[in-house]
Amino acid sequence: MAQAVAHLDNGASQERNPQMMFWGLRLSVIIYLSVMILMPILVISVQGLRDGWDIFWVSISRPVAWNAIWLSVWTAGIMAIINIVMGTTTAYVLVRYRFWGKGILNSLIDLPFAIPTLVTGVMLTLLYGPQTPLGSFLDDELGIKVIYSQTGIILALLFLGYPFVIRSVQPVMAKLDIAQQEASHTLGASQFTTFRRVILPALLPAMITGGLLSFARALGEFGSIVIISGNIPMRTQTAAVYVYAQVEGDKMASASGVSLVILSIALFTTLGVNFWYKRNRRVNRERT
Amino acid sequence: MKERNLSFGGILLLAIVLIYAGVLLLAPVLALVSNTFQNGFEPFWNAITDGEALGTLWLSIRLAVLASTFNAILGVMVAWVLVRHTFWGKGFLNALVDLPLVISPVIVGYVMIVLFGRLGWLKDFPIKLAFSWEGMLVLTVFVSLPFVIREIQPVLSGMGKEQEEAAFTLGATPWGTFWRVVFPAIRHALTYGIVLTLARSLGEFGAVAVIGGGTQGSTESATIYIYRSLNDRNYAGAYSMALLLGIISVVILIIMNNLRIHKRGG
Repeated sequence: MAQAVAHLDNGASQERNPQMMFWGLRLSVIIYLSVMILMPILVISVQGLRDGWDIFWVSISRPVAWNAIWLSVWTAGIMAIINIVMGTTTAYVLVRYRFWGKGILNSLIDLPFAIPTLVTGVMLTLLYGPQTPLGSFLDDELGIKVIYSQTGIILALLFLGYPFVIRSVQPVMAKLDIAQQEASHTLGASQFTTFRRVILPALLPAMITGGLLSFARALGEFGSIVIISGNIPMRTQTAAVYVYAQVEGDKMASASGVSLVILSIALFTTLGVNFWYKRNRRVNRERT
Repeated sequence: MKERNLSFGGILLLAIVLIYAGVLLLAPVLALVSNTFQNGFEPFWNAITDGEALGTLWLSIRLAVLASTFNAILGVMVAWVLVRHTFWGKGFLNALVDLPLVISPVIVGYVMIVLFGRLGWLKDFPIKLAFSWEGMLVLTVFVSLPFVIREIQPVLSGMGKEQEEAAFTLGATPWGTFWRVVFPAIRHALTYGIVLTLARSLGEFGAVAVIGGGTQGSTESATIYIYRSLNDRNYAGAYSMALLLGIISVVILIIMNNLRIHKRGG
């Protein structure tokens, strides 16, 4: 009590105008986020477009540049689709069933968040490389080349993107209404119909959100791909690796167009998802 | 959704998931471990205690610790302002926070060169940011910026502002209010965020490779060392450092798991 009173006296005697401090804090935060995040985006936009649309167009329509952009987009797209299916299945198993080793599986899923992507590239090369038993088996018997090929890029992206859909779907799934499912069951629906008509619609927003985020994240991936893909221009050189090669070769101008395209796709995907997800949640809340 | 014992269909799904996760996540880890130790423990030990390797690891650790400290302090400020204040454009700022996760690290590295490089827009900037460890630090802060903020935000908005206001009305200073009211509440979330930040910073490669230029002995981080060793066919060095970083991430993963249990507990 005495302490509290002392505190009070102390406070009263001091200048106690928090308003100034709050304004200062707010201003620092706005400046910090603008400098750190908004500025890079502006710099890329200006750098990419400062010589006009024609030059921008020429720089991205060079076959090497265009192929790099397209390769990044389609490999990330395929990864996102596989990831949505496998991620949702994994989340379902983790939420629905009791089994031994569930805790281990659940924490293993975060591994891609923790492990450096460069190390991922090294690990995949050691597993599927041409000199390894598995790599030579796949190549000789099945004709599948993983390292230095587009398959390898998709594999690296799958590793990277695995947690995204799971971590997005898991909490939604855990809260799913049991009553609805049981009603559907009681009314004679099969397990599959229940899944398709009751569970799936409720999960779809979370699945798409996770999938698109993994897509946006994968578009710019560099560390694992630079090791596994072998950087063959026109075949396995993705956009991020292309930008790296241009900067290393001191050809700064030709990096700007590709950077702008990849950055724009990633930004629109992320901001779009953000906006859409919020609206979706609001609509759902209003409905109930 | 209710937890159930395994049915027949459940066993089938579980098998699919286990095979997928095993092939995708576990098999590569085993490949790295077995390759690093194929000639016993000694080559691994020699490779990671090599002076050059230790130097690069030390740089990575220094960058990660500094970036985490910075992001912890700024992250608390940002989260607090984004939760407690209302102002025009807040939603937009809030959306910006996620972007470092999806902007390619190579592209941000490129931005730094455009700004601070030899022919850069700000080439007369007083601090040398291109091809220096200071530049690597700025980019490490950038790539790991969202984690602390995103961990703290829900806790702050969950606790409401009543307690802070009460402490304040009773005469506590803003600083006192922070340490006695806000900090104890966000402690676990903050630690979790810092651990994520550390993991992300230690593993950064693309951004720091572009801005640092990977000059041996000064701007070569552990990940850049792995990349150079692979190109120089120093496989023992590359695999050993990769394994060491991998082990650190597994330790981080275990810490994360324990913290998550704490966080849920309150």
